[in-house]
Amino acid sequence: MTTKLFGEPVQRREDRRLITGQGRYLDDLGQGALAAAFVRSPHAHARIRDIDVSAALDVDGLVAIYTWEDLPERVRDPLPLLIPHPALTHGRTAYPLARDVVRHVGEPVVMVVARDRYLAEDAAGLIEVGYEFLKPVVGIEEAANGVHLVHEDVPGNVGAHLVQEVPSAQGLGAREAIDAAPHVLSFRLDFERSASMPLEGRGVYARWDADDASLRVYSSTQTSTSVRMAIAAKLALPLPSVEVIAPDVGGGFGVKIVHPWPEEVLVPWAAMLLGREVKWTEDRREHFISSAHERGQVQHVRVGFDGEGRVLGLDVTILHDHGAYTPYGIIVPIITATQLLGPYRIGAYRVEFSSIYTNTVQVTPYRGAGRPQGVFCMERTMDRIAAHLGLDRTAVRAANFIQPGEFPYDQGLIFQDGRPLIYDSGDYPESLRMLKELIGWDGFPAMKAEAAERGRRLGIGIGCYVEGTGVGPYEGGHVQVTSDGRVHVSTGLTSQGQGHETVFAQIAATELGVPLEKVSVVTGDTRRFGYAVGTFASRAAVMSGNAIALACRKVRDKALRIAAEALEADPRDLEIEDGVVRVAGHPGASIPLATVAVLSNPLRYAFDEEAQRATQFSGAASMDRPPVQEGEEPGLEGRDYYSPIRSTFASGMHAAIVETDPDTAEIHILRYAVVHDCGRLINPMIVEGQIHGGVAQGVGGALYERMVYDAHGQLLNASFMDFLMPYATEVPFIETAHLETPSPLNPLGIKGAGEAGVIPVSAVIASAIEDAEGITIERMPISPSELHELRSRTASP
Amino acid sequence: MKPPAFDYHAPRGLGEALEVLAGAGPHGKVLAGGQSLIPLLNMRLASPSHLVDINRVAELDTLVVADGGVRVGALARHAAVERSSSVARAQPLLRTALKLVAHPVIRNRGTVIGSLVHADPSAELPAVLTVLSGSVRLARHGGGERDVPAGAFFTGPLESAVEPGELAVSAFFPSLPPRTGSAFCEVARRHGDYAMAGAAAVVGLDEDLRIVSAKVACVSVGPVPVLLEMSEVCAHRPAASVDWAAVAASVRERIDPEGDIHATAAYRRHLTGVLAERALRIAAQEAAGEQGREGLDG
Amino acid sequence: MAETLHEISLTVNGVVREVKVPGRRLLSDCLRHELGLTGTHVGCEHGVCGCCTVLLDGDPVRSCLTFAVSVDGHEITTVEGLSGPDGSLSPVQRAFSECHALQCGFCTPGFLCTVTALLRDNPTPADDEVVEGISGNLCRCTGYQNIVKAVHRAAELMGDEA
Repeated sequence: MTTKLFGEPVQRREDRRLITGQGRYLDDLGQGALAAAFVRSPHAHARIRDIDVSAALDVDGLVAIYTWEDLPERVRDPLPLLIPHPALTHGRTAYPLARDVVRHVGEPVVMVVARDRYLAEDAAGLIEVGYEFLKPVVGIEEAANGVHLVHEDVPGNVGAHLVQEVPSAQGLGAREAIDAAPHVLSFRLDFERSASMPLEGRGVYARWDADDASLRVYSSTQTSTSVRMAIAAKLALPLPSVEVIAPDVGGGFGVKIVHPWPEEVLVPWAAMLLGREVKWTEDRREHFISSAHERGQVQHVRVGFDGEGRVLGLDVTILHDHGAYTPYGIIVPIITATQLLGPYRIGAYRVEFSSIYTNTVQVTPYRGAGRPQGVFCMERTMDRIAAHLGLDRTAVRAANFIQPGEFPYDQGLIFQDGRPLIYDSGDYPESLRMLKELIGWDGFPAMKAEAAERGRRLGIGIGCYVEGTGVGPYEGGHVQVTSDGRVHVSTGLTSQGQGHETVFAQIAATELGVPLEKVSVVTGDTRRFGYAVGTFASRAAVMSGNAIALACRKVRDKALRIAAEALEADPRDLEIEDGVVRVAGHPGASIPLATVAVLSNPLRYAFDEEAQRATQFSGAASMDRPPVQEGEEPGLEGRDYYSPIRSTFASGMHAAIVETDPDTAEIHILRYAVVHDCGRLINPMIVEGQIHGGVAQGVGGALYERMVYDAHGQLLNASFMDFLMPYATEVPFIETAHLETPSPLNPLGIKGAGEAGVIPVSAVIASAIEDAEGITIERMPISPSELHELRSRTASP
Repeated sequence: MKPPAFDYHAPRGLGEALEVLAGAGPHGKVLAGGQSLIPLLNMRLASPSHLVDINRVAELDTLVVADGGVRVGALARHAAVERSSSVARAQPLLRTALKLVAHPVIRNRGTVIGSLVHADPSAELPAVLTVLSGSVRLARHGGGERDVPAGAFFTGPLESAVEPGELAVSAFFPSLPPRTGSAFCEVARRHGDYAMAGAAAVVGLDEDLRIVSAKVACVSVGPVPVLLEMSEVCAHRPAASVDWAAVAASVRERIDPEGDIHATAAYRRHLTGVLAERALRIAAQEAAGEQGREGLDG
Repeated sequence: MAETLHEISLTVNGVVREVKVPGRRLLSDCLRHELGLTGTHVGCEHGVCGCCTVLLDGDPVRSCLTFAVSVDGHEITTVEGLSGPDGSLSPVQRAFSECHALQCGFCTPGFLCTVTALLRDNPTPADDEVVEGISGNLCRCTGYQNIVKAVHRAAELMGDEA
């Protein structure tokens, strides 16, 4: 048995620096750098008339002020549309600094560079921008009626329109299937905006080295490789002259996958122009009004079903609020439309969405990325069907489940990776059984009745989801064993707290048979690994984990070949344990991996005593062939890539018991239970942590967080005082159970886990409140004030 | 979000502080705990030219229980007042309310006087001062001192009777007479947030445990804490036979809250009724308990 | 026009540090940028998130709601000062790692300072006292469950050592 670390709750290797204050986050770097600040639009929709910077020129420590007019070609062009799609007929992106028109409060208009951030803000505050007001377009339905336009050349404010339709086995379209169904319901659902809201905002720090004409950029990003390509293109620099590094990143949750941000182009550009280091550290207000939000949708649902609750036809029309720009394409509504189906086999399905521009902050993925809305839609539908038929809510779900024998199961749709939505594996009936047991579903009616006798109001709710994880196109891994026996692993995607340094080391240690302490992992540094996509879509473990495993296997094969020669054994008889290659069953015949690394690199010059073994007169080399054989490379290292045919589908089910106060309408979550299936677990402690965090964000989205825009497009709660992220006092204790259905698609049998926790929470809480109150819940989040309003409306319709 | 520049003054004594404040006039701002002021400065919603830091004025760091109440000096931190057992004996409502003020870490630095002068109608301490009929002592350079009763101190949202050049040096929270109880009930969106609604109540009983005096100060329902006299509605009855529904209804009728992003006006009105009733009931219970203990002592 | 600079002296993690700052320099910025102690993080600059929490004369306070000049002459402990002089981790630090009470680590220094003071004042807190004690610190990653667990674990470790 070799060193077995895969599957163990290994303590995190990144912790030591983070708990001693030695982490290096973006703003911890570049202490001598100049600081950038931005004048941002205070208006949601306006034409810029003039910009007067004269009052700012006297500010002590001012270095530079830039407007759009000052930007050179390419830098001044609109930012790239990252994910084009044929349905996105009217994709629009912003200029790095507003050119003529500002389209949301917070859009950057002027860049200021000064000695420190205090002075940069002083100067920014003295710059006068004259605006001519245009009509702000706020609210999905107001925008969809198209009376006023966000972009003059986008009729009806419709950026994209997409219909997908899957007929029934009998060939019926969804609308026909619904019309023919014994029972039909139709209703409307609303889901409000929230945001990723990492505790560290965005940030960029750039150093231009004039001596060797190279640029090094640090960015608090979820994709350093892609930022690098974007910067090289914008600044017309050769790609090898640009390096981008994601240092320690204080949370991402989706917002930092968007790139290049205006600041990611402007800060490096200014650093080159000024020949000085420049840094921009986003503050909290900027993060609220200048980064990205998600979730806002209106859904119209029509469903036909039989007497057992089996869905015969489902027709969903979605209005998706896309904010002012679409740099990330229409990934979010595509995911809503496709992942809406969850663990269910639906008779016939039709989904149509329109992506609507509004004069608000742009919408790009936030953990869950469209799934919470889709799951809300489907799970509300299941509860409606159960209520209509007088059936138990879990019975209706069970009647619709895809069965374990039906995998791979083709949902007949095209997923966000442009590939067929085919579920690889899962066991939904078993998940439901485990969940019901964990929460005590069958005993709940008695508990509820008993509480009612004491004047307390309880409700139970449930939500199920399937999550496509590990989307392509690829990730890579590089593994190098050096002559000191250390193993250096690198991968291009980035980390924001997921514990990659630990889990990737676990994979490498297991594959190579070395102690964990010998392995070090670097992520998100283009100097170490240049080909990568990024960290999003619960893909890091699946993509880079498998790529690293494959690279390790290459290294292992090579190590065994070299060791076999040295030990005069057959490579098939060798094993590696604790960093030593030995002949199985012959403890004496062994060679340390460190020595194998020495032998792997034929040397002319010995740099230390160990290295002498690899030099030309050591007698180790065969005289019959060249020192580096054909098809081999010097060094004990390997690089490999993992590129899946399509995504792998994780799943889970949550249940909650809530209590609502009959007088104050306060909502308390008494219990929260999670059954989760992400295939094989690399590190169960880390997976649990991901689930806890996801559920907490879900609780925020269900009961506390929203982006409140007024009719003028002003964000009324752009601070942590009024955007109510949950504290420890608001998050319930989370009970978890795991089911492990391995993925057949990848060598490690794993599925993604990062986003899972957040996905069904709004659906679950809505279900539970509805059960407690006997009032239909159609809109999330819900506050005590709104519950009170619902009660009043129900009491006197 | 960095504060704008200002001239910083750090007087070492009260006289010096008052002199600096007088010089700064309307352009001066007092810094004590800073837990309300510094967020405003960081967001550049306030930009005083002179900041007078009173943290070194030792004579303001006082907390005295005497003369039938608690006198809290301008440098007494929330946490110190909350922890003081003599304060809790003399005026238990202070500790009850302080536990609801923001979070423990904020209370380590924030001051009671700072909360009063900030005059946020959603805050707990202005309601406490109001329901207890306390007062704030203001001083000015060469002008002596004046005591402003709570009813006159809060003049509007974030507005108080403190005039330019004046310094709030202390506040007085009177103790309650025997057979009198108090309570504070509120509902906030998150624990520690400003309340959507809340009520500080004081109830006095006669020897037969009938309610003889009752009042509540409501938060977040007007520009200043709204004080409601409830004695009549409680109708000189023992708590058990008061028509509490009528009490709640009376509270709802007499307030005129506004809606905001966290609560509609209708919900605030409803909730204030619930919380005022809860607070009055608890206060009545406390008042009765007080007599019970007196009985044992006697 | 250049701002007036004030000469102040802070005892940070047991070391006297002299520094010149404008009146408006926030303690958080002074620690991070003037003194190079970047372990104290800035998450909101309006006192809500708690990332910037440090110990001022032993008590946790928001360094973003404190001017450096205001605390001239006082003692400050930051996350860098929680471990022993030999680099040994404090029980609170060890417990946070053991219990996986951190993910991205950005909020962690604020929690560590808050919890260090909490356990000094209350060495064996009940569950609700722990939750109340950390209720002013936001974490966007962990859902708090493992943080609560870590506080209890730290109490245990401290009890063992006492």
